Amino acid sequence: MARHVIAAADELPPGTRKFLEIDGRPIAIFNIKGEYFGLMNRCPHQGAALCEGPLIGLAQSTDPGEIEYTKLGEILRCPWHGWEFDIRTGQSYCDPRRFRVKAYPAHVEPGASVVKGPYVAETIPVKVESDYVVVDL
Amino acid sequence: MNIQFRESSEAASPLAVKTAIADCDIHPARATRAELYPYLAKRWQHHLEVYGVHAYQGMMEGPPYPKAQPNASRRDAYPPEGGPQGSSLSFMQKQLLDPNNVQLGVLNPLNTGQGIRNHELSAALCSAINDWQIDKWTSKDKRLKASIVVGNEDGLSAAAEIRERAGDKNFVQVLLLSRNVEPLGQRRYWPIYQAAEEAGLPVGVHAFGFGGNPITPSGWPSYYIEEMVGHSQCQQSALASLVLEGVFERFPKLKMVMIEAGFGWAPSLAWRLDKVWQRLRSEVPHVKRPPSEYIREQVWWTTQPMEDPERREDLFDVIKWIGWDRLLFATDYPHWDYDEPSRVLPAGVNDDDREAFYLGNAKKLYGIA
Ligand code: FES
Repeated sequence: MARHVIAAADELPPGTRKFLEIDGRPIAIFNIKGEYFGLMNRCPHQGAALCEGPLIGLAQSTDPGEIEYTKLGEILRCPWHGWEFDIRTGQSYCDPRRFRVKAYPAHVEPGASVVKGPYVAETIPVKVESDYVVVDL
Repeated sequence: MNIQFRESSEAASPLAVKTAIADCDIHPARATRAELYPYLAKRWQHHLEVYGVHAYQGMMEGPPYPKAQPNASRRDAYPPEGGPQGSSLSFMQKQLLDPNNVQLGVLNPLNTGQGIRNHELSAALCSAINDWQIDKWTSKDKRLKASIVVGNEDGLSAAAEIRERAGDKNFVQVLLLSRNVEPLGQRRYWPIYQAAEEAGLPVGVHAFGFGGNPITPSGWPSYYIEEMVGHSQCQQSALASLVLEGVFERFPKLKMVMIEAGFGWAPSLAWRLDKVWQRLRSEVPHVKRPPSEYIREQVWWTTQPMEDPERREDLFDVIKWIGWDRLLFATDYPHWDYDEPSRVLPAGVNDDDREAFYLGNAKKLYGIA
């Protein structure tokens, strides 16, 4: 597993997402309320650019008429056929047994560890005093 | 390590298919209402501004059911220059035609002028849409061919529009919708079939429409999901009507294309029709042969929404009954339930059938060299 520095933390504020390709793989990194998530940007259903979809919640129901809406902003809805995926795990809610999107752990590392460590920041001029969003894949 | 950053995910679009395909259901949209004005008499421009359109059912400012996505379209299909999905030729080329190697794209404009109570306005709008299809689309990209949109509730003016366009290579079929004032086999629609047969043009019946009747046979449902599955029920009654009113018998060269309503139901409908026809044929003596024979000889089916059973053998069984020579591949671009060419057909299809499915059948039916 390699680590890739993909942005300075302040370049990816809460509510934004960033599209990139690492070694030819389409990926998107989301900042949701300060938490970072990375997903393969290809829907396992028919291949849409999944991460262009809106972030919604999860509507669930125990009985007709009883509706619970949870995980607000944590469910990614595919821009084509609307399949829903949990952004934390990449798990599909349509057919969780068979479909999941590949999830990549993303988190923030202090600048010092990034420049010292084994990670190379190629495209971002590294300022040691900043924090960086790092993705593992 | 190689990292590339992108503003949007555009370049990370799905896998392209290499072989050429036909896409038999593409929906071009107008960027603005005024886009049609150059093709509409001042009298009708004025009418639209002052009175708007008056359909056979209410809620015409929007569809009767909310759609799953804005304009019922893919979220990634907004053209970069603005306007609704499907309104930009250059973006359609970039997003659909080029990457998927579309050799023939059949345009089926919706929300045109069909199913409007004022029949003169309906005819004028349909004619304007047909001019607009040539100017904005087919004359600019030779891969695209248009469907003649007609004011369907007035069979005579519809037939006149078809005769006027007959022989124009920009057009490859006549377009009707599945929900009309009456079932499609009824006599008011016969002039349309007669003109289409004379012109050698197939008649496409696309799901949807505003005929004023409840959108399922058992009334108005609560949910959009019921409308979605209701399209196949509606198409089944349209097809039964075409057979039982004797349309296929009377117009033996007529070719019908069932668009966007599935095809998995075709065998069971035909079996049921054949069975009751054996018992009740004296009621409809003009139906001279078992209904399944007309259906298999005179009906084609577009694939989107592609049937998707758990076992692919089930799909192949259905297709075998219908005939591999009867299916026309379609994406339904830019709509949200779009079928991706490289993903819809399961493995296990031989090369000839695959070629017919993706391209050959469409070229033959629509007379494209
Ligand atoms: S491609 Fe994502 S839901 Fe179909």
